[in-house]
Amino acid sequence: MRHDTASRWPYLALAGIGLATIPLAAGLTAAARRRRRESGNDHESAPGHTARRSFGDYQVVGRTVTIARPRPELYAFWRDFSNLSTFMANLERVEPVTGDAALSVWHIKGPLGTSFAVETRIAREIENELIAWRSTEGSEIDTEGRVTFEDAPGDRGTRVGLIIAYKPKGGKVGDILATLAGRSPEMQARHDLKRLKMLMETGEIATPARTYAEYNTEEPR
Amino acid sequence: MRALTWHGKQDVRVDTVDDPEIVNPRDAIIKVTATAICGSDLHLYDAVIPSLKPGDILGHEFMGEVVETGSASTLQKGERVVVPFPISCGGCFHCRISQFSCCENSNPVEKQDMSEKLYGYPMAGIFGYSHMTGGYSGGQAEYVRVPFSDVGPIVVPDHLDDEEVLFLSDILPTGWMAAENADIGPDDTVAVWGCGPVGLFAIQSALVMGAAQVIAIDHYPHRLELARKLGAKTINFRTTDVREALMEMSGGIGVDAVIDAVGMEAHGFAIDNIIDVAKQTIGIGADRASALKQAILAVRPGGRVSMPGVYGGMTDKFPLGALMEKGVQLRTGQTHVHRYLADLLAMIEEGKLDTTLLISHRLGLEDAPRGYKNFKQQQDTWTKVVLKPGMMAA
Repeated sequence: MRHDTASRWPYLALAGIGLATIPLAAGLTAAARRRRRESGNDHESAPGHTARRSFGDYQVVGRTVTIARPRPELYAFWRDFSNLSTFMANLERVEPVTGDAALSVWHIKGPLGTSFAVETRIAREIENELIAWRSTEGSEIDTEGRVTFEDAPGDRGTRVGLIIAYKPKGGKVGDILATLAGRSPEMQARHDLKRLKMLMETGEIATPARTYAEYNTEEPR
Repeated sequence: MRALTWHGKQDVRVDTVDDPEIVNPRDAIIKVTATAICGSDLHLYDAVIPSLKPGDILGHEFMGEVVETGSASTLQKGERVVVPFPISCGGCFHCRISQFSCCENSNPVEKQDMSEKLYGYPMAGIFGYSHMTGGYSGGQAEYVRVPFSDVGPIVVPDHLDDEEVLFLSDILPTGWMAAENADIGPDDTVAVWGCGPVGLFAIQSALVMGAAQVIAIDHYPHRLELARKLGAKTINFRTTDVREALMEMSGGIGVDAVIDAVGMEAHGFAIDNIIDVAKQTIGIGADRASALKQAILAVRPGGRVSMPGVYGGMTDKFPLGALMEKGVQLRTGQTHVHRYLADLLAMIEEGKLDTTLLISHRLGLEDAPRGYKNFKQQQDTWTKVVLKPGMMAA
């Protein structure tokens, strides 16, 4: 069942379960509305997540990249969540949950070799267009994300739009997340999408490493 | 292996470092037979380009023999290749429209932040040219890891010497693109600032493209002599009023196209240049753009400005009014080397371009620090230094 299309989504909130009731959803929509009011322009086209405002307790990160590959290929690659850790730097691995195809456990890297698990449910998917996910009630963090796939004009390939929001719940995990946030989630999303683009367009991820040993160190020179 | 490494301002050394290995599937390893010191390497030597780290291997003009190939490389062991200085993936938007030096995928992700912040967009990867352009080990070494080896390197025929084809890696296509950017027509007068290697190739290219006359501007007598040998008229800016001379030599119309083959460390006496020298010395990122400023003032209304010279930061007292009021077009950029390789190789084979005249010195790799020092300090006679790792030190 489709309530919105990929091209309209920036003004709507993320596609998660019951999104209309969480503050983030209202925040994104309100941001777009407020900006329209302030600029006196009813036709402001910029996505809500680019607004100059905060989204309350939520950290919101959005980024779009054009990848010169067909939409179904990119969708299929992303939909197989085990691929995500090949380009998402903070993601150790994703494991399926037996008995529920919509559930998976995302192991996220923390500082100093720590890691924590987030159970995630696919909230919505439209084949070759959109995948949205959300952490389940019992998870240590409140997070959701959405990726959209749109044909780019001409033969430019596919526009891949990623938006991620999360709210730390305090405690130890909250501290870890704060540290991660210090590494700039905006930068992480940008880097992750660039790595995806490299992988899909060239089959590899660029590295300046001169030797294998250098390639395998955490911080190449 | 042995390699020329950067350690600080005007401090380069030949060190023993780890040999390169195949890291990604499309890589190849090249055994370097010839490599050159580029004028733009002097910007690194003088530390006016940021983001170098001690131990970085310099060099982006190199060629050699393929000795190892990754699983997805299309090169064969034993082939002789010249490697373009920009690293290009061949698959991104920019590579697919032949804007190879704007490749989106060759600069490693973590290295893109700096140029993205500085210029609004990330730069492509370049061999041996600071971490802003990828932090890749360069070609002034015995061996080089060449990423995307199925896209960049051009195989050269055995009957051409290294010295005849080496400059396909950078300065020949850079001079050619500079002339192309100047949009030269048959009746045009073209003025070229700077008779360094790029300027000399821009002069040749402009003449091949049919310019009526090419006027070269410099202050080093030997470099001006080389320009004359290639068919240019010359002006020494130390002894001549350049703008007045250009006006007279173009019959009062003015020059149709100007090429700034000098870049960010221009010489000159104008007060703004002296201030820029001071700013560059204390490291606040000013480009000395006096050649460019003079070129913009000298070009005729409706003319073209081509800017192959390298700049990295900001400049002030820029003649913006002259640019706009005269309706001048300005084109610039890092060279899309891959675009020109096949045509230029054919022109070398046909003898249309002289690619060896500018070489003044041939040194072994161990002698590279001396090459840098003299290329910097004796610019008149040290016009181009070719390093040959196989050659014994003098």
